[in-house]
Amino acid sequence: MSNLIMETKDFNFTYAGVDDPSLKNINLPIEKNKITAMIGPSGCGKSTLLRAMNRIHDLYPGNKYEGEINLYGAKGKENILDLKKENDLISLRQQVGMIFQKPTPFPMSIYDNVAYGMKLAGVKNKSELDGRVEKALKDAAIWNETKDRMNTSALGMSGGQQQRLCIARAVALKPEVMLFDEPTSALDPISTGAIEELIAELKKDVSVVIVTHNMQQASRLSDYTAFMYLGDMVEYDKTDTIFMNPNEKLTEDYITGRFG
Amino acid sequence: MNRLLLNKIILVLSTLSAVIGISFLFWILATLTYKGVSSLHISTFTNDLVEGGIRNLLVGQFTMATIASVIAIPIGMFAGIWLREYSNNSKLASVIRNLSDVMMSAPSIVIGVFVYAIFVAPFGSYNGFAGIIALTIMMIPIIISTTDNMLALVPKELREAGIALGGSKHKIIMQIVVKAAKVGITTGILLSFARIIGETAPLLFTSANNQFFTMDLTGQFPSLTVSIYNLATYPDEASRELAWAASFVLTAIVLIINLTGRYMTRNKK
Repeated sequence: MSNLIMETKDFNFTYAGVDDPSLKNINLPIEKNKITAMIGPSGCGKSTLLRAMNRIHDLYPGNKYEGEINLYGAKGKENILDLKKENDLISLRQQVGMIFQKPTPFPMSIYDNVAYGMKLAGVKNKSELDGRVEKALKDAAIWNETKDRMNTSALGMSGGQQQRLCIARAVALKPEVMLFDEPTSALDPISTGAIEELIAELKKDVSVVIVTHNMQQASRLSDYTAFMYLGDMVEYDKTDTIFMNPNEKLTEDYITGRFG
Repeated sequence: MNRLLLNKIILVLSTLSAVIGISFLFWILATLTYKGVSSLHISTFTNDLVEGGIRNLLVGQFTMATIASVIAIPIGMFAGIWLREYSNNSKLASVIRNLSDVMMSAPSIVIGVFVYAIFVAPFGSYNGFAGIIALTIMMIPIIISTTDNMLALVPKELREAGIALGGSKHKIIMQIVVKAAKVGITTGILLSFARIIGETAPLLFTSANNQFFTMDLTGQFPSLTVSIYNLATYPDEASRELAWAASFVLTAIVLIINLTGRYMTRNKK
């Protein structure tokens, strides 16, 4: 049977100052060590859903979560919407990492960028830090380009390198789940290819959820695909089924480019 | 034809205006340099005002401006950080932001009068502390506004990325967001220092002036700007020459601080 790492149950999300929920009764399973893609036209709520999975919406006051989002992590089943204390949210974000559309290197050296999350998590031992930084950079396939310039500013790297550095930074924390919010839409085709290869590699160790506007990317990369439209989850299935033989007319229309 | 003629007229008019504006600036600088340099001697820097020099005035002016900065920078920065990062743009925040902007354009003489009423009149004498307080009051809103505006330029994704890596809000703000805005904030601080080091009105009846070298902030305190104001009105040639020399030195200081600030911003790109 299926082996879940996360799932949303009857999940509703309402932005601050808005009456109607932006997400309505979302039921989405996230399979362990698989890649789940979320597709749909702009404004359908896929990024909103992704950003609920590590409670990053909490940065802005007044947003409302309803329903359940369960994480089956090391501590067993846990409804992440029940978390109240900042420390619990920090621990959630260490288990559920996130990569953004635009690369977000911190204004510090390459080494410090990767070590930063671990230092926040309380890792102080220098040799452990060194080892994990190296491993993370290797995992993110950027070690060869960075090993001779560890102490130079990360802001001097190219966009694609910066994005891989951000992935290394997240991987270094050994998360259970990694959320990718359109990670290649700001990158050139070659960098996009590198990132896609990297994500495919990552699923050995982590479960991946990726939001993308690029249909080819979803079909190339993912094992499961969810199609969303206007805040509803229209269809969720194996990627092959969604792309070859969708149940819903709406899904078919979107995938074949009739709207969106 | 008409169009081309109009274009030429506008071009001539705007060039003329630019030339007039800039020529005044150079006129001032040229006069200052000519009169100032010819009145400058080594002794100008080694003697105090009683002996016809500006040593105590420079020390006094820098002492007051520096202490004012030490007080104003943390207050202004924390207020700016609160406004941009913690206030969630509440009603209170917009009231404070507006008040701070109003304070920034408040005439400096008004601040001087206010401090006179609060810190000079009750104690019965001009004192250096009152001067420092007046300069601090002038500086705080400038730093608030700089910090607020520079933090606004930091993309919100950077904050989200920090939070998503498991950082607490205050760590991300202090270690990443402020760091990303560091150049802008430092430049703003330098420019605000340049602004208060050249102020006369807030000092005129707070710290007033002192001819002698002193570090005693409870009494009248030496000030370069107030001395220029006084010396320039004296009838004797020596005093007026000293006023020119002091003005030249002050202008040079302000110019250097300003250029440093601008150079830093340019290097950021």
